[in-house]
Amino acid sequence: MSSTEKIIEIKQLVKHYGKFKAVEDVSFDVHRGDVFGFLGPNGSGKSTTIRTMLSLITPTSGEIRLFGIELYNNRNYILSKIGCIVEKPDFYKYLSAEKNLELFGRISGVAITKSKIHEIIEFVGLKGREKDKLSGFSHGMKQRLGIAQTLIHDPDLIILDEPTTGLDPQGIIDIRNLILQLKNERNKTVLLSSHILSEIELIANRMVIINRGKTIIQGSVSELLNAQELIVSIKVDDVRKSCQLIENASSTATIDHVENDSIQLHLTQEMIPTINKLFCDNGVQVFSIEVKRKLEDYFLKLINN
Amino acid sequence: MFWKSTYNEFIKIAAKPRSYIGIGAITLLVGIILFAMKMDGKMYISFITAPFEQSLSFEGNVLNGNLMAFIILNMLIIHVPLLVALVTGDLVSGEGAMGTIRLLLTKPISRTQLLLSKYLAGCAYTLVILLWMGLMALFVGKMLFGSGDLMVLKSDGLIILQQGDLGWRFFYGFLVAFLSLITVATLSLTLSCFSENSIGPIVSTMAIIILFTIIGTLDVPVFDSIRPLLFTTHMAAWRSFFEDPLPKSQIINSVVVLFVHIVGLLSIAIYKFNRKDILS
Repeated sequence: MSSTEKIIEIKQLVKHYGKFKAVEDVSFDVHRGDVFGFLGPNGSGKSTTIRTMLSLITPTSGEIRLFGIELYNNRNYILSKIGCIVEKPDFYKYLSAEKNLELFGRISGVAITKSKIHEIIEFVGLKGREKDKLSGFSHGMKQRLGIAQTLIHDPDLIILDEPTTGLDPQGIIDIRNLILQLKNERNKTVLLSSHILSEIELIANRMVIINRGKTIIQGSVSELLNAQELIVSIKVDDVRKSCQLIENASSTATIDHVENDSIQLHLTQEMIPTINKLFCDNGVQVFSIEVKRKLEDYFLKLINN
Repeated sequence: MFWKSTYNEFIKIAAKPRSYIGIGAITLLVGIILFAMKMDGKMYISFITAPFEQSLSFEGNVLNGNLMAFIILNMLIIHVPLLVALVTGDLVSGEGAMGTIRLLLTKPISRTQLLLSKYLAGCAYTLVILLWMGLMALFVGKMLFGSGDLMVLKSDGLIILQQGDLGWRFFYGFLVAFLSLITVATLSLTLSCFSENSIGPIVSTMAIIILFTIIGTLDVPVFDSIRPLLFTTHMAAWRSFFEDPLPKSQIINSVVVLFVHIVGLLSIAIYKFNRKDILS
């Protein structure tokens, strides 16, 4: 469950490289228990923001507080409570998966046992491959090991920067399920950066969208997406009658286009049961209702504005 | 946390194939030198002693293990910096090139501690290289050629050092040679903090050594004031322990110059590493 305790507080973050403004004005809060989506197109400043949160980059100005305390004066304490993957999970190729975990675990601030390493390896689905050197690992396996590495010291906050980049569809599903397990089974707060809106929608409960180094919008995923108009495809036995019913009804639903056995409507999510009832009450058989949310359009509209 | 990180650095150096290039190269080169001296050593000795034979007679085992160790050290001490830089120049930039620096610097250890742990591991590797060279040169040389007095050829004459007077000279000689190599290791580590790839710092280190050596050997007055300040001028200070009488002030001066270089370069490395934005 998400609480109101703020785990991450970013206020008016700015990072300039000479004349180049990588981050202009980014602000957002992440609450305990959130799976927080950090969205933005490529080059919007997501990675720079994440790197400043992890003290990999010194910001030009702005305030970063994690676990309620300021980052730069409490760096080591804060970092001991964070597990992260920044961009891609890079490890020592000449060492085995197990040795890599031992190595990073050793400097994570807590005592790491062999049994803990094996438990984590099993959790991420790499059991049986722990003795293999990383030179033989696929990108998906490295991502799994990356997640294992984030969990090795049992951190409160997990930061994953584009964790599904370069993965095949099955790999994406596996990583998504792993993240959901982190939230549901281990009660972790997760900050998930991505440029894929549908990915965030499936996993996150809250999100922020940034573009050109500035925060555009932040809030609950369901609220932000529900406020938007949906496209709904309804498969019916009588398309002409359905169209008449929609036109005669004094609702805000409008017809997008009509096909042989279905109609597509613009409407809000709350109107779906009303339209369904309207059809049923007037003898129109409804075979299916499919929501086609125009997430990418929403996203593009926001960032283009 | 510092010692845990240092232990990690030892593991990484030990696991990297490139760490064994130095040990392999030294083994091969020492082997070749010892083999060549075993085959044609007497001719080599007579070539050295020829100018003195009218006024001196040489008795006993001149071609001995002590002489072999001295010859090997003279030959290899010029090349060992490359073998050291091959590993120490990769300590920071190699992590950047692999991308592991991102992960390392998100761990709860300060950047200064992390860099110093890398430095300590690099120094230990340098010591291993030097000890291996000493072991091969002195002990294998003595096994093959026996022991005896050491004959040191100088530009202005010949010095014969008694066999019983050599132990401490080799010990302190190795110690100062270690200081010279640590200076090289510190230089390559510092350059490593400015680079994002492994090759750059290694090549730059060698380029600096070559440039400084050329400046040091060019006998032109314009470089007279610079020459005593260059660390390369003092890298052969270990040879001073094989002179009689011992040039103490010269040795102390060399040790101070090398030490100042080490401290200065390490301070630059720490400063740079602490302010470095990790963009790789």
